[in-house]
Amino acid sequence: MAVQQEIRLVPRILIYLVVGIFSVGCLMPFLLIISGSFTDEAEIITKGFAFIPNKVSYAPWVMIYHDIRRIINGYIITVTVTVAGTLLSLLVTAMLAYPLSVPTLKYRNYIAFFAFFTMIFYGGMVPWYIIVSRVLHLRNTIFALILPYTVNAWNMFLLRNFFRTIPKEIPESAKIDGAGELTIFTRLILPLAKPGLATVGLFVALGYWNDWWLGLMFIENHRLFPVQLLLRAIISNVQFLRSATASAVQSDASGILPAEGVKMATGLVTIGPIIFLYPFVQKYFIKGIIVGAVKG
Amino acid sequence: MQRPIRIFLNEMRRNHALYLMTIPGIVFFLLFNYLPMFGIIVVFKDFNYIDGFFRSSWVGFKNFGFFFNSTDAWTVTRNTIVLNSLFIFTSLILQIGFALLLNEISSRWFKQTTQSLMFFPYFISWIIVAVFTYNFFHSDHGALNRILRHFGIAPVSWLARAEYWTWFLTLIYDWKWTGFGVIIYLAALAGINEELYEAAQIDGAGKWTQISRISIPLIIPTAVVLTLLAIGRIMISDFGMIYGIIGDNSMLYRTTNVIDTYVYRALRQLGDIGMSAAAGLYQSVVGLVLVLGSNLLARRFSEEGALF
Repeated sequence: MAVQQEIRLVPRILIYLVVGIFSVGCLMPFLLIISGSFTDEAEIITKGFAFIPNKVSYAPWVMIYHDIRRIINGYIITVTVTVAGTLLSLLVTAMLAYPLSVPTLKYRNYIAFFAFFTMIFYGGMVPWYIIVSRVLHLRNTIFALILPYTVNAWNMFLLRNFFRTIPKEIPESAKIDGAGELTIFTRLILPLAKPGLATVGLFVALGYWNDWWLGLMFIENHRLFPVQLLLRAIISNVQFLRSATASAVQSDASGILPAEGVKMATGLVTIGPIIFLYPFVQKYFIKGIIVGAVKG
Repeated sequence: MQRPIRIFLNEMRRNHALYLMTIPGIVFFLLFNYLPMFGIIVVFKDFNYIDGFFRSSWVGFKNFGFFFNSTDAWTVTRNTIVLNSLFIFTSLILQIGFALLLNEISSRWFKQTTQSLMFFPYFISWIIVAVFTYNFFHSDHGALNRILRHFGIAPVSWLARAEYWTWFLTLIYDWKWTGFGVIIYLAALAGINEELYEAAQIDGAGKWTQISRISIPLIIPTAVVLTLLAIGRIMISDFGMIYGIIGDNSMLYRTTNVIDTYVYRALRQLGDIGMSAAAGLYQSVVGLVLVLGSNLLARRFSEEGALF
């Protein structure tokens, strides 16, 4: 602690200032979005967005409320994809990673290389697109949002490293007691690897939640749009917004459809769950990043 | 001939359960990674969906000719490398800088709060970032122009001025990734033996000397390895980021069209499968060479730092 006492007062204040300003600056975009969702549409059009609006309006949120069905539908898709995708991904990845962590498995290095090669060489977007859409026929199905991300070599090696930390006496003694490999895996290994599974699972879940690339590539049917894609459709295509909401809302007192405010409000609706979960999951991500960077 | 087969059968008899477990994972890699690698043959074909992979006619290297003879080949390569170089360089400085600053902060809650705030952007999807970009930079009703007008400065049509976007994208990249990188460097700093600092103090070294002679040299291995691995991926852009923010705003293509967005547009908007596949293969092959090269350097630099 003697280390800390040594900095003089002025540099110390400067350090606190620089760190404080930068970290608050990281929040600035969210403040702008929040204030934008409460700004009067006429003010946005004539003056622009601001951190503190002159005239507050709830019209965007009223409109969101009237359009809530489409947002709920998007949420159902996103939650389904995230939950199903994460569980499937953990299962398949763990089933591949565990055998590769068993030192007595003779051909484990060949399988590891088979997985590893996908990390350094990529066939490219074009053949991948043709295979997924025309050969596997996943276009416009919910599977197109799940299966392409199910297994990746990076997560597989991360999990294998977690499995390696389990003392090998545990499976060995179970085997002497007559347990089969499958029993050992499901009853002993998976419960012991829970922290590792939770860490990898959270990264996978965040990936699914925030993804819009698979939707952009393979989904044209609006009913299958996850929330991210829905939000993109709303910000990049005013028509998309009007078609669904103009009939539902007569527009606010000024007679203007709160199109700009709604874009901001929809954005907030999609990050809501992340803001609530962030304080609880943050530490697992930090642990995962450190483990991944040490041997990545 | 007999013996390898017998060894193989013995191994299968003994460990069949473990090998069976790997099958689903192997199938996923085959379908989503290896099949597309064989699909690369479309580069050498005049591909159409009706004839498919096998019956479309061969055209040799013609698709590469189309791609490399267009001015786009140079533009997208340059944009990809310029943007990624700026990302790598600025994020390195910011991440190490803020890790060093945070490391000197003694108030626990201040350190934790600021670190949480910095890390938060990592959790945000690129589409939300696009919402923010729209809000802030929009030429007519963006917050930035409103601020400029407030101070009597003429507003700028930011969404039509390609020259600024190299820097805006860099800014956005650093906003998203600084908190992430700080975690790695703080962990590296925490791994430094406390006795080194104590010994330095006994020898009369000041704070600045301790940072420049102990902290920085000891996190350089981490920085070098991470940078080399990033250089190995310099041909690859974060498509979700670039396309999410720029979208189809062609006024910004001059500085922001990267190989990934070029391939996407050629495939989905022009429907030119051959040429977009050629551009993609060019990216993959150069990328492979760079990954192997940078990894070789990383391993020479530190045994456990290399990817493989």
